[in-house]
Amino acid sequence: MLHIEDLKVELAGRIILEHIDLDIHPGETHVLFGPNGSGKTSLLMTIMGYPQYQVKWGKIFFKGVDITNLPINERANLGIGMSYQRPPTIHGLKTRQMVMLCARGKNINPEELAARVRFENFLHRDINAGFSGGEIKRSELLQLMAQNPDLMLFDEPESGVDLENIALVGNTIAELLERDGFMDKDPTKTRYQQKKARTKMGLIITHTGYILDYVNADKGQVLYNGHLSCVTNPREILECISKSGYEECVRCITCNI
Amino acid sequence: MYNLQHIKEKAKSALNKSAKFGPDIDLSTFVKTVEPTKEGKDLTELSQEELKNILMAGIDPTEQSRAGTYFQRDTGVLKCNVKQDGVEVIPIKEALEKYNWIYDYYWKAVSVDADKYTAISELELHNGYVIRSLPGSKSVYPIQACLYISTNQLQQNVHNIIIAEEDSELHIITGCATSPHVKRGAHIGISEFFIKKNAKLSFTMIHNWAEEMYVRPRSAAIVEEGGLFLNNYISMRPVKSLQMYPTIYLKGPDAVARLYSIIVGNPGSEYDLGGRVYLQAPGSRAEIIARTISNGAKIIARGHLIGEVPEIKAHLECKGLILNGGIIHAIPELEGHVDGVEMSHEAAVGKIAQEEIAYLMSRGLSEDEATSTIVRGFLSIDMPDLPPQLKAEVDKAIEASDKEVM
Repeated sequence: MLHIEDLKVELAGRIILEHIDLDIHPGETHVLFGPNGSGKTSLLMTIMGYPQYQVKWGKIFFKGVDITNLPINERANLGIGMSYQRPPTIHGLKTRQMVMLCARGKNINPEELAARVRFENFLHRDINAGFSGGEIKRSELLQLMAQNPDLMLFDEPESGVDLENIALVGNTIAELLERDGFMDKDPTKTRYQQKKARTKMGLIITHTGYILDYVNADKGQVLYNGHLSCVTNPREILECISKSGYEECVRCITCNI
Repeated sequence: MYNLQHIKEKAKSALNKSAKFGPDIDLSTFVKTVEPTKEGKDLTELSQEELKNILMAGIDPTEQSRAGTYFQRDTGVLKCNVKQDGVEVIPIKEALEKYNWIYDYYWKAVSVDADKYTAISELELHNGYVIRSLPGSKSVYPIQACLYISTNQLQQNVHNIIIAEEDSELHIITGCATSPHVKRGAHIGISEFFIKKNAKLSFTMIHNWAEEMYVRPRSAAIVEEGGLFLNNYISMRPVKSLQMYPTIYLKGPDAVARLYSIIVGNPGSEYDLGGRVYLQAPGSRAEIIARTISNGAKIIARGHLIGEVPEIKAHLECKGLILNGGIIHAIPELEGHVDGVEMSHEAAVGKIAQEEIAYLMSRGLSEDEATSTIVRGFLSIDMPDLPPQLKAEVDKAIEASDKEVM
């Protein structure tokens, strides 16, 4: 599981996250809401281990290991992976090579994986070079499929994705996270047993909530001014935000949680 | 009739003429003559160490994957043969003695009095190769040419002429290397390229010199209507001083030139190189792409496009990475002489972006793996029209020195 304890994070001399407590148990997927600039991406980058996000207080544990000061690659090797919103272009590195790198020696077929996100025609292109918003999302999912981490951090996976591809992106995320409809289809197990057997963890940033149409998340969180302010059913949070806005929502005036 | 005397006189007049670019070399400090090499030895009989050096310069000693071989050791020809119909490979000294047609090309693209290096190669020519593909011929395998120095302190003077006749297709890989015990020397190489109507020539040059080598190639190409000249240059190993500025004249309509260079400069090495293309006919196109890495070298990366007629298109791209000290000085030049030219350039000198390293690390790569992946990507240029076999040689050269780059 991921366990975050009283986390305080500074970026470029400014405190951007404070008193963050968060637990994601094996098999759980959380959705993270919050207005622009509330610190959602910063929280993901801190969990991933970007050194410019300095942890000033608190700890992050993953699978029982204190990862607060571990470098990015060691966190990746422990099973944390991220789908970025604006990843950098690496010239001369083909998407196919990138997918192979993500697999870390595992036996994968890049063509087959790419076909699942309709990305076969991009394998020969430099990674992220001139990709549209939606293409970036599919490329990131393709890399996560090859990497197959246990905890997946998604930074606004539906932004920039056209209507034609939104279902593809949503369903792929659901599949990666072993959500309902994509669980191990063992007929000898009950639905409850299948759910219990699920191990993948997810933390998804969303603005619009569209992703909830495809990924049935367990919990919703609201990040506001660097604080996690509310934990409850993601549908309720979405409804509350769209009705009354974030400020009202975090004061829990309208939704009586 | 060709005035040989006139050429000699022009050469003599330029014997003390310094080159426009690059440090001046005192040629009196080198040995000019050695015991001539006897022809006929099999390349596989070379010592293991020597084989390693020529392999790294893209030469296949077994000759199995090559349509022909020219191998010059020091001043003499060790091997000169061709297996493919429609292609001729002749030592230039033999050609100058036997064939009149060679004088239609000899010193016709490069001026003999350009500087003291062109002058000395006329006056004290050791040898060199003439490679000619006959009209309509298509070579499946590349021809390989190796200019090899095995005597310390030698100054090797070479003159090469490459002719792709109409509608022919010719691929050449040329490796220049030194024997492991050679510390210091000089290589002066004149290369004149003639690409006739609708012919296609690819010329891939891999340098694998010693640390105290002075290298002064002097190259020029004339490309006729519909012709394509693809020139690739790879230098990943130390060299004392290398200066070259190959010049391409696109004389016929729709002629195309593409020049790609990949340079890794090590401490103590000094490079001044680039490419210059004159676009002289409508529809002609040129592309110059250079990737340079400095690990403590001094690198001047030039590029010059001259658009003389309308309806031409050309692009120049010059990117440098300073990894470990040194200087990279990019000098891109664009010169349009009339309305209707379309030329652009892109130059950048910088470092590896931390963001790219972090991105790869978040996929599980260590910092070192991430860095070398980015560097390898930086050095890998898409080279259209290069046969896969030659692309593999280019990749091999980059891969082999990958460790030293880091």
